[in-house]
Parts: sequence; structure tokens; C-alpha cells
Amino acid sequence: MSSDMSNSSHKPDDGSEPKNGPPSNQPKFWNDPKKRSLLFQVILLAALGFVFYTIIDNTLTNLEQRGITTGFDFLTREAGFGIAMSLIDYTEASSYGMTFIVGLLNTILIAVMGIIAATILGFILGVARLSDNWLIAKFSALYIEVFRNIPLLLQIFFWYYAVLRTLPHPRQSIEFFGSFINNRGFIFPAPVPEDGFGVVLFGLLAAIIVSWLIARWANKRQELTGQQFPVYLTALGLIVGVPLLLFLLSGMPLGLDHPELKGFNFKGGITVIPELIALWLALSIYTAAFIAETVRAGILAVSHGQTEAATALGMSKAKTLRFIVIPQALRVVIPPLTSQYLNLTKNSSLATAIGYPDLVNVFAGTTLNQTGQAIEVIAMTMAVYLTLSLLTSLFMNWYNARIQLSER
Amino acid sequence: MKYELQPALPPPSSMIGVVGWLRKHLFNGPINSIATIVVGYFLISLLVPTVQWIFIDSDWVGDSRDACTSGGACWVFIANRLDQFLYGFYPEAEHWRVQLAFIILIGSIIWLVLPQTPKKGLVAALLLVVYPIIAFFLLYGNAFGLVQVETHLWGGLSLTLVLAVVGIVASLPLGIVLALGRQSEMPIVRSVCVTFIEIWRGVPLITVLFMASVMLPLFFPEGMSFDKLLRALIGITLFQSAYMAEVIRGGLQAIPRGQYEAADALGLGYWQKMILIIMPQALKLMIPGIVNTFIALFKDTSLVLIIGLFDVLAIGQAANQDPKWIGYSTESYLFVALLFWVFCFSMSRYSQHLEKKLHTGHGNRA
Amino acid sequence: MKKTLTSAAVLMVAMTGTAMAGTLETVKERGAVQCGVTSGVPGFSVPDDKGNWKGLDVDMCRAVAAAVLGDATKVKFIPLNAKERFTALVSGEIDLLSRVTTWTQTRDTQLGINFAGVNYYDGQGFLVKKELGLKSVKELDGATVCVQSGTTTELNMADYFRTHSISYTPVVFDTNDQAAQAFDSGRCDSFTTDLSQAAGLRTRMQDPSSVGALPEVISKEPLGPVVRQGDDTWFNIVKWSHNAMLNAEELRLTSANVDKMKAESTDPNVKRLLGLDGPKGQGLDLADDWAYQIVKQVGNYGEAYERNVGKDSPLGLDRGLNALWNQGGLQYAPPMR
Repeated sequence: MSSDMSNSSHKPDDGSEPKNGPPSNQPKFWNDPKKRSLLFQVILLAALGFVFYTIIDNTLTNLEQRGITTGFDFLTREAGFGIAMSLIDYTEASSYGMTFIVGLLNTILIAVMGIIAATILGFILGVARLSDNWLIAKFSALYIEVFRNIPLLLQIFFWYYAVLRTLPHPRQSIEFFGSFINNRGFIFPAPVPEDGFGVVLFGLLAAIIVSWLIARWANKRQELTGQQFPVYLTALGLIVGVPLLLFLLSGMPLGLDHPELKGFNFKGGITVIPELIALWLALSIYTAAFIAETVRAGILAVSHGQTEAATALGMSKAKTLRFIVIPQALRVVIPPLTSQYLNLTKNSSLATAIGYPDLVNVFAGTTLNQTGQAIEVIAMTMAVYLTLSLLTSLFMNWYNARIQLSER
Repeated sequence: MKYELQPALPPPSSMIGVVGWLRKHLFNGPINSIATIVVGYFLISLLVPTVQWIFIDSDWVGDSRDACTSGGACWVFIANRLDQFLYGFYPEAEHWRVQLAFIILIGSIIWLVLPQTPKKGLVAALLLVVYPIIAFFLLYGNAFGLVQVETHLWGGLSLTLVLAVVGIVASLPLGIVLALGRQSEMPIVRSVCVTFIEIWRGVPLITVLFMASVMLPLFFPEGMSFDKLLRALIGITLFQSAYMAEVIRGGLQAIPRGQYEAADALGLGYWQKMILIIMPQALKLMIPGIVNTFIALFKDTSLVLIIGLFDVLAIGQAANQDPKWIGYSTESYLFVALLFWVFCFSMSRYSQHLEKKLHTGHGNRA
Repeated sequence: MKKTLTSAAVLMVAMTGTAMAGTLETVKERGAVQCGVTSGVPGFSVPDDKGNWKGLDVDMCRAVAAAVLGDATKVKFIPLNAKERFTALVSGEIDLLSRVTTWTQTRDTQLGINFAGVNYYDGQGFLVKKELGLKSVKELDGATVCVQSGTTTELNMADYFRTHSISYTPVVFDTNDQAAQAFDSGRCDSFTTDLSQAAGLRTRMQDPSSVGALPEVISKEPLGPVVRQGDDTWFNIVKWSHNAMLNAEELRLTSANVDKMKAESTDPNVKRLLGLDGPKGQGLDLADDWAYQIVKQVGNYGEAYERNVGKDSPLGLDRGLNALWNQGGLQYAPPMR
């Protein structure tokens, strides 16, 4: 009944009635897919709107009734607590907003470290999994099956509680090359640039630019004449040689800040806290198992004919791998690799379980507790991960598109 | 003149048998030989002490730490707390309820997995619709003369399984709706679904659990409060449904266009087309993917310890803090790792097996 | 499938209480007090082998249950971590938060909660290994300190070290247990927490005798039961349950002698407390013998103290600040008349 009414109410707007002949032929309102989908979408929107309205209304009422403070004013208030590790200058007098940045930077640090290590380890294992050598292939398979089937959190706990905790106290540190390992972490001398070190950095920069120019020139020349140029060797020579030469010429303007045991702990140098080491080990080892599988699938996806053709052309095994297999495998590998990187970044939030001061530990942990403003804090934290995810997938999409374009 | 082929000579003895195998697989060329020796040495120096520690030098029986004298692993610790690892703080007299619930579950799963059993559809339907109700009353009680067991007493492996099973079962319908929505031609429906999926996939589970534990209560009107376990389940389900939606979308996309068009040509409506034609084919293709998400979820359930639920890993952590058993944390981590590994490894093997089986059926289509 | 979930949800929701308009009515209807406690701090709230909760904070919950329902066993204990405790209270998941919670201005005024009293006057101290031979917190310069996150402890430490220009590295853990364990295994040089909790956690360490507390107490930590803001009846019930325990101790009423005293005593104060005379339970909407039930089933404050944290318990703490006002302490309850 009601749809009949709405149908008739639509008639005047429709204006199509005269052309369509007798009204009995006109499809029923609910049989017209366009109108139906419109109606459906309107209902969906209304329902969503209602849900959101209820949630927001409930939340606001709840907050107001119980006299809970809201808003982002707390970000400028003094935090008043210390953080074990910070990449920027942070003291107890800094604001809650600063704790957010400190946590964010620590999250980015562990994510980048993890991605680099997991990629290297994962590629080695993935290639090893396909090795002719039975022992190496089986070893790689064993690694993959063991580590990807155990929860990451458990692995983090294992490295932190069962392995790193067994290290000696600072006084009995294991020492090598001026570095120390103990249960407060890994402490190594910090490089301190002195006057004239800028020249070395400048040399490095210049070498990189020149290498890039040479690579472009060599590429062009090869396309025109077919002549090859040892680009990699030249670049390596330039990038290592030039700064080294300048470094020696300017009288080695780089001091070392050696760590020294003073009182309870080592002073000076750079300390990598055990929480970071445990998290890094666990994240890299766990994610590497997944990356290895991705790489293996990518290599297997390159058809055998390609390898055979390369052999027929007389390419060596290494050259086949470098010029034929890997470029084609990469195309298959990149998309799943992206999601592994994203997973690693998200998984780094497990830091909170062992007290590595990442975003979730510092901001969604201590700051949330101290201010009690759960909604603002959780929303900001989630927004960060969402943004990181979106940025990574944007970058990877761009990279993917570039790689796909090179197909001819 | 007749030329006759001489019978072929047997291959040289160095190419067959054990020696041949060794030469071919371990020592073909100098680099490979060195690699074999290095890896072999590494493995032996790693595995021998480990095996010795776990099996040979270990203690298995006893009831206090005094029984652990041989210097190897102290499995007495695990044996003494086995009940806690399996049932958490669930009252001992009621353990049969947990056992019964899981026997039914495992029984019906075996029924579904075995290839020759009849009436799979019916069993699956019962498992998805009727079983959750039975399991709920069995575990929670407070009805049919069963004593009520508060959810904060649930724990150990049984809680891990409850979280994983409920998470996967509850996220399936939501995932199907989201996947269909994502493929819909209605722009608003599509964008709503895409937004939902991308948001949940973009954030770590732990923030979702935080949200469920500290924010969710504020979203509901006064006086309506949820059980802590239920809040965690809501968080896990929402999170998981986004991943499920992507698996289902993959399954839907694997169905050839012709199937959709044929259904349209027959004059079937959208829902008829989906329920009668597409879903039955797609669901079969999705099973490996669903099993894989289940494995991921199963491992992820360990995160609930951060919001204070006692899953099997949290029980292990708590056991490590018992002053009577300090110093045996390696044992408890290894035990929990073994539990997880056995579940995940067997499931991943099953999913690989399924993938192969399904692959042959559809292999030549492309 | 969805239906099952929703029906389960409805069931669970229904079972965790409905109206918040009157906590008292909800509690009576439900037949149990839902009490938020720690997941295990010896002496304050900790489950024993059989899952029975024990501790000073637990006794606070039991006293309220005895007063309201006449049965101290009708308490449902809900273990909470530091992060979720206030939301759990504010959202109505629990009726009473009795979880070694420090009374501060921010918490009292900005989080929608009210502190109903102080059942333990505590202060923050530092535990160190005795072998280091430290005499004062001021010698901790450069030390690594283990601490639980999201507590007043963390802030107090930062303030104290800042004002005394002592450099330190904090290592922050989600639970006090983890922090204590980390200290025990040598991750930190010192472990800081409320002294009462430190005493409890010390008993769980590998060698409790090798660990000692430094003399400084760097903060005031009044710990007490907390209720939601805006329900004065319930607020009064919790406040006076605590006061009744203190007054009972002052009047030397114990769980052992309360029946005899009820029958024989002529002391008007005793008679008023036991509901034979005076205000009884009217203003609180409780039965007249509410305070009698507390003393009978839970005991007076001194009994609860000695049982859980006092000299004869594993914690072995002196009464100190927690002695009654007339014995040199701070525990002072308004008169019941």
C-alpha cells in the first residue's frame, strides 16, 4: 500500500507517463532497478546517519553527565612523565603533544628497521627455498614453517623475556670493539662530527650526483651504440672513494664518544634498549617468513621458458637471475610485499606488551591513562596508523605502476 | 647391414644411490659444498643442544620445582599447570562442559573435512547456526540446570579457541555483506563498504581492542554495559570482517563473467543470482582463503592479553610470575608456541591441500 | 549466525545490569555487587589457588555487599587493568572500584567519579637490590627505574627526580607485576611503586631478602574506593560502609564479639552502630542492621588490615599512618549518630 502511494507521488515528477502509453504497462516502483537502488541507498544512508547520530549523542551525553573533560586542550599540558627512548629532545616538562610525536617517531623507527631487515632476510630465505642444495632448501622451509605459525606476540615475549633477560648486568658486560652488550641493551660508541666533517658529507653528496649522471649517460650510450659501461663499479668507487679520500685529507674529523661505565649504567655512546632489540628481532624474523613465501611465489611465477631462453642466449646463471628472473618476479612480488610492510608497521604496535615506547605504548598507554581522555587519544592513534597505511599503499601503487609500465 | 643399438651402460656409480643423491643435492660444485657444510654445521650446533635440553636432559614427572634437577627443560612446571593452560580458571568440576563443547566442534569439523561423509551441507548449517547456541549455554551456563560460569573465569586454550571460532563465524556473514557491497553498482553502498573495509584493515588489532575495551562502553546509552569478553569479541569480529570481505571478494572475482551473465539471462534477480549461482561456486573457492584468515586470527587472539583476558599465552605469562616456578619461562613459552604451531601448521597444510585440489578443477579455464 | 550473536549479546548485556539511575536498586535486583579490583596485588586483591579473592580492597567490596545485601559473599569481582578501570566504572560495568586507586584532584573532578574515602594511606618508595649498598634515593643518579604505566607513581617519580636534578631512565610496563619481574631479572636498578604494593610484590621475587626499600617516601598516596559521580545514595553507602568498619574498630567490635555485644552492650555508640538505636539504615535505604552485617561477616577495619597486610600476613606491614586517629594514625571516621 505504502509503495503504491509513493509510486503515485512520484508520477507527477516523472513526466514520462504520456509517452509510455497506458499506465498499466509502467513497471511497478519496486521493479525499477534504478529507483530501487536509489531508495535502498537512501535507506542505507539514513540508517548510517542514525547509527552515527546515536553513538555520538550517547557519547556526548555520557561524557557530559559524568563530568568528563573533552577536547584536545590536554595536548598542550605538561606531560610530567619520562620516556625511556626518544629520537628528539624530550623531558618531563614537555607537553602531551610531544609524547605523541615521540611515540610516532619511535613507531616509524621500528617500522623502518623492521622493513629493511625483514626484506633482506626474506629475499635470502625465499631464494634459498628454491636452491638446488637440498639442505639449504629444507633449512629455509623449516624456518618458514616454524616462524610463521607462531604468534608474533609470543615471539616478542620469547626474545625479550627468555633471551635478552639472560644477558649479564652492566658490570659484567660482554665487550667487543668498544661496544657493550648487557641486559640494559646494546651500547656502542657514537660518532661525533668535528670541524671539517661537512666537507666529507659534501663529497658524498657530490659522488652520488655524479654517479647518477654517469648512469644516465651510460644508459643512453648503451641504447644508441650497444656499448656497455661498468656503471656499478664506477659508482661504488666514487661513492666510497671520494668521501674516504676527503675524510683522510681533512685529517679524519670524526671523533668517537666512547661509552663508559659510570655508576649504574653506561654514559655516553648510543644505547639501543633491549625492548627495541627484542621487538626488532621478532618483527623481522616473523615477517621475513612471509616475505620469503612471497618471493618464492614470485620466482615460481616466472615461466620456465624465460630461464631457458636466457640460457640459450648464453647468459650466465647470475645474469639470468638479475636481468630475467628478478625483474619479472618483482612485478608479482610487489603487491603482497606491500601488505607485508603494512602488517609489519601495524604489528609494531605490539611494542606495548614489552614496554618499547612506541605510539601505542606512550600515547595510547601512558598519556591515555594520565589524561583519561580515551576517545581523543584512541582516535588520534588510529588516525596515525590509517595515514601510514594509506601512504604506504599510495607509494607502493605508484611503484607498482612504474614497474608495470616497463613492460613492452 | 644391420645396426643394432648396444644396450645402455648403467650410470656411473657416483650418479646413483646415496652417493649420487648427495652429489646432486648437496655437493654439486664448490660453492654449494661450502654452503652445505656451513649450514650443516650451524644446524647441528643449534639442534643438538636444543634436542638434548628438551628431551634428554629434561624432567617430566614430579609436583614441585625440586623435581627439576637434571639441568634440562623442566616440563614438570607445564604438567602441573596443564589444567590452567587448557581451561584457565574455569571451575574444575565444570571442565566436562568445555570438553563436550570442543568434542562436538572437533567432531563436526572432522565430518566436514573427511571427503566421503554424507550430508555435509546439513552438518555445516548446524555447526554455523545451532552449535553456537549450544556452545554458549554449555560454556556460560545459567540455564538447563548448569551453573553459571562468569566469562572472566574463562581462559587458556579454550578461551583462545572461543575467540577464534566466534570471530571467524560471526565475521563471515558480515564479510559476505561487505564484499557484495564493495562490488555493488550503487555508489553510496560501494563507498560505505570500501571505507569500512579500508579503515579496519588500516589499523592494528591492538588499537581496535583498546577501543573495544575503553571506548565502546561510552557509545551506548547509560546502563547498557557489555561483558569484557563480549567487547573483545565485537572488536575482533568487526576487524576480522574486513579481512573476510577481501577474501570473499577474491572468491567472487574468480567466478567467470559468463556465470553472472548466464544468471542474468535466465532472468534471476540479484539475490537469486548470488545465492543460487555465484555463492555456491565462490564459497568453495574461498575455503582456503578463509582457512588462512582463520590462521591469522588464531594467532592474533593472543593480543587479548593486553586488554587483560587470559588466553593461553596470558596464562603462560601468569605462570611465569608464580614465585614457586620462577626461572622456567622458556618452557612455558615453548609449550604455548607448540600449541599454536600444531594448530596453525595443520590448518595451513589443509588449506594448501585444498588449494591444490581446487586448482586442478579450474586449472585450464584461463 | 548473526541472530545467535545478537541473542547472546542481549543475554550478556541483560546479565550485566540495566539501569544506572539507582546503583542501589540495580545491585539489589541483581543480587550481587560488581566490584572492580586488580588482577593480582598481594594483600589488596588477589585470587588464591581456588579463585577466591582476598585482600584489603576485596574486603571493602565485601563490606558493601554485606551492608546492601546482607551477604558478604555476593560480590562479583571483575579484574581490571589501570587503563580500563575508570571507563569500566563510568560505563556501569562495575558498581564500585576498589583497586588501589590514588585520590587526586584530576581524577576526582574530571573523570566523572567520586572517591568515597581512604582505606589505605600509602606513599611511594623505591626498591633496590641490597648488594648495591644504597642509602638514599638521591644516590640513584643515572639509574634505570622500572615503573607501571598510567599511574600516579610514574608522575611522582618524574617530579621528584626533576626537582632533585637526578637523571634516570624509566622503563614502563603495563602491569606492576611485569615491572617487578623486570626489576627482579636485572632490567632496572630500582623499582618504584606504592610501598604497600612493593611489600606484596617483593614476596614474589626470586630472593625477597636481597631486596630492600630506600628510606624516602616521595609522595602521598591515599588509596580508596571509588564510585560513579551523580549517585549520592550509593556514594553514601560506600562511604559509610568504610566508616562503619573504622568505628567498629574504635569501639572494639570484632566479628568474634559482635553477637555478644549486640545482646549485652549498653554503650549508646555500640547500639547506634549495630542499628539498635539512632539513625539505623533509614538515610541509606538499607536494612537497620547493615553495619552489624559488615562487622559480623567482614570484621572491623583492624581485622581486615591484620588479615591481609598486617604483621602476621606475608606483607608484614605496620599500621603506621593507617592506625586509628587515637592511636597515632590518620584513620578517622565521623561519628555514627
